[in-house]
Amino acid sequence: MSELRISGLYVEVETEDGPKEILKGVDLTVGTGEVHAIMGPNGSGKSTLAYSIAGHPKYHITAGSVTLDGTELSTLSVDERARAGLFLAMQYPVEVPGVSMANFLRTAKTAVSGEAPKVRTWVKEVNEAFDKVGLESSFAARSLNEGFSGGEKKRAEVAQLELLNPKFAILDETDSGLDIDALRIVSEGVNRYTAAGDRGVLLITHYTRILNYIKPDFVHVFVDGHIVAEGGAELADRLEIEGYDKFVKAAKANA
Amino acid sequence: MTVPNVAEAVEAVASHLHPTPSWEVADHPLPTGREEVWRFTPLRRVKTLLEDSGATGESLDWATELPSGVTLEPIDAQRARELAAEAPIDRISALAVQNCNRAYHLNVPADTELSEPIILTATGTGQTVAQQFVVTIGAHAKATIVVRYVGTATLNEKTDLIVGDGATVSFVTITDWDAGAIHGGHHALMVGRDAQVRVVAASLGGDVTRMAETARYAGPGGSLEQFGVYFVDAGQHVEHRLFVDHNAPRTNSHVDYRGALQGEGAHSVWVGDVLIRKVAEGINTYETNKNLVLTDGCRADSVPNLEIETGEIEGAGHSSTTGRFDDEQLFYLRSRGIPEDEARRLVVHGFFADIIRRIGVPEVEERLMVAVEQELAVMVGGANGAGE
Repeated sequence: MSELRISGLYVEVETEDGPKEILKGVDLTVGTGEVHAIMGPNGSGKSTLAYSIAGHPKYHITAGSVTLDGTELSTLSVDERARAGLFLAMQYPVEVPGVSMANFLRTAKTAVSGEAPKVRTWVKEVNEAFDKVGLESSFAARSLNEGFSGGEKKRAEVAQLELLNPKFAILDETDSGLDIDALRIVSEGVNRYTAAGDRGVLLITHYTRILNYIKPDFVHVFVDGHIVAEGGAELADRLEIEGYDKFVKAAKANA
Repeated sequence: MTVPNVAEAVEAVASHLHPTPSWEVADHPLPTGREEVWRFTPLRRVKTLLEDSGATGESLDWATELPSGVTLEPIDAQRARELAAEAPIDRISALAVQNCNRAYHLNVPADTELSEPIILTATGTGQTVAQQFVVTIGAHAKATIVVRYVGTATLNEKTDLIVGDGATVSFVTITDWDAGAIHGGHHALMVGRDAQVRVVAASLGGDVTRMAETARYAGPGGSLEQFGVYFVDAGQHVEHRLFVDHNAPRTNSHVDYRGALQGEGAHSVWVGDVLIRKVAEGINTYETNKNLVLTDGCRADSVPNLEIETGEIEGAGHSSTTGRFDDEQLFYLRSRGIPEDEARRLVVHGFFADIIRRIGVPEVEERLMVAVEQELAVMVGGANGAGE
């Protein structure tokens, strides 16, 4: 059993007007075998949580800690965090022209597993992972994310998730911009990843519709840089009906 | 009354960006360094290219194997002028013509389709050379020509490439010089009606390289791709000055030059001028220059210019970026566990592979990827953990 523990996390981002505090004390523990959904309105700091855990240089942790099985992640570099078992599926995957998917995946797999994947089985594995998310095998020869449609980028993120098989995955609005077929395919990929019960997921989303496909064990409502309500899957159903308004108003009243 | 033809319709455009071509050295005075077209050039270091010290009688040692039908012959000065795409646009190339022993003419006859590239290797052994080279490609021919410079020399050169109507041509120049080489010149290109032309300039070695590359169209429908790759190390100066003259309707040009700089005093210059004349309706042009600055102490000058005399065009644009690594690309790669050194290698590799893969000549692509690897070896400075 592994554990991703976020405690008392405060994070600032650099802006033109100086540093701005985005996360204001986040406490959350994700264990393996658990799917946690973080739901919140735009601008609540959900993505900041994802990126600061992954170590994006734009975000500065000013207080608190993030540990993976007791190892403090905030003192590790971005790649060290990934090698410790963390994966971030990004909302806007970055295009890297001239670097083929195949080369990238092999390099990443070698880095996270500590040894080069076996040539013969690896190609097959990559093709299967692509096939499962509905990408042609020709994508292996294409430059990383370059010229992919929005949906193809998200599918490719999920193919990476399955191939790299990290201990914990943070999915940052992986559902946004997907049509219903793509949403189903992407969700099935996430469900395959968690099926064995030894992986943990932090699913960040604005909408409840992905939760029709991926059943969360816990739902956290995120407003103004911290968690304001927690519950099980039924909390998402309530959000579907009531929206975020009540939580936003309550947060303002408390501010 | 005659119907105005394209040549008559092409008006004179007064601009400092493209000086008047002339065969006369006297029309190209010794620059002071204050001129717009010379202000980036280290004049002291190209002094020998600018001084008229007369013919040296020396030439580079040329080696090639020509397919049947293709000829390479000496021609006299008068014939060279007749064939040329354009007169010299600067003093360096005017001196190249004036002081050259004998011009050479490579001809690929009309309708010839070559399956293999013609590779010409010019070797210098330290001599001072003035050189004039004319390449003509007949109508509807298909050919790939690679000119590779190796060794060392002080070289003034003028190269003309005249591509016939409907021909498909790749013309690659690789300056693969050893340290000490100084190379300046003018490549003038004429794109035939409906011709498809790809020109590649790869600047890999030598101390100073200063190339002017001009292109015009002999008729409508021609399409030009110009790719450039350059690596500039400590103390090197690499300068590419391009001018695409859209003087005919429905012509295309796409220019993409990329360079990496590293080490104290590494200096690259890219000037990309495009003129869209009144007559050039329905044209499409895009120019881009990207410089990757890998260390402190480098300087990349990048100046795109677009002069538009008609609005009746399909598209016109340019872009220029100079900077260090793209932080978002590095973050993405590292978020997948790839160590920083290796992520940088991938990004640099990709930056060049992205353009090299479009050259379409395997021998050249391989040579350039080796050069990319060598640059990367310098960059990571033998750091461990970055190996494949």
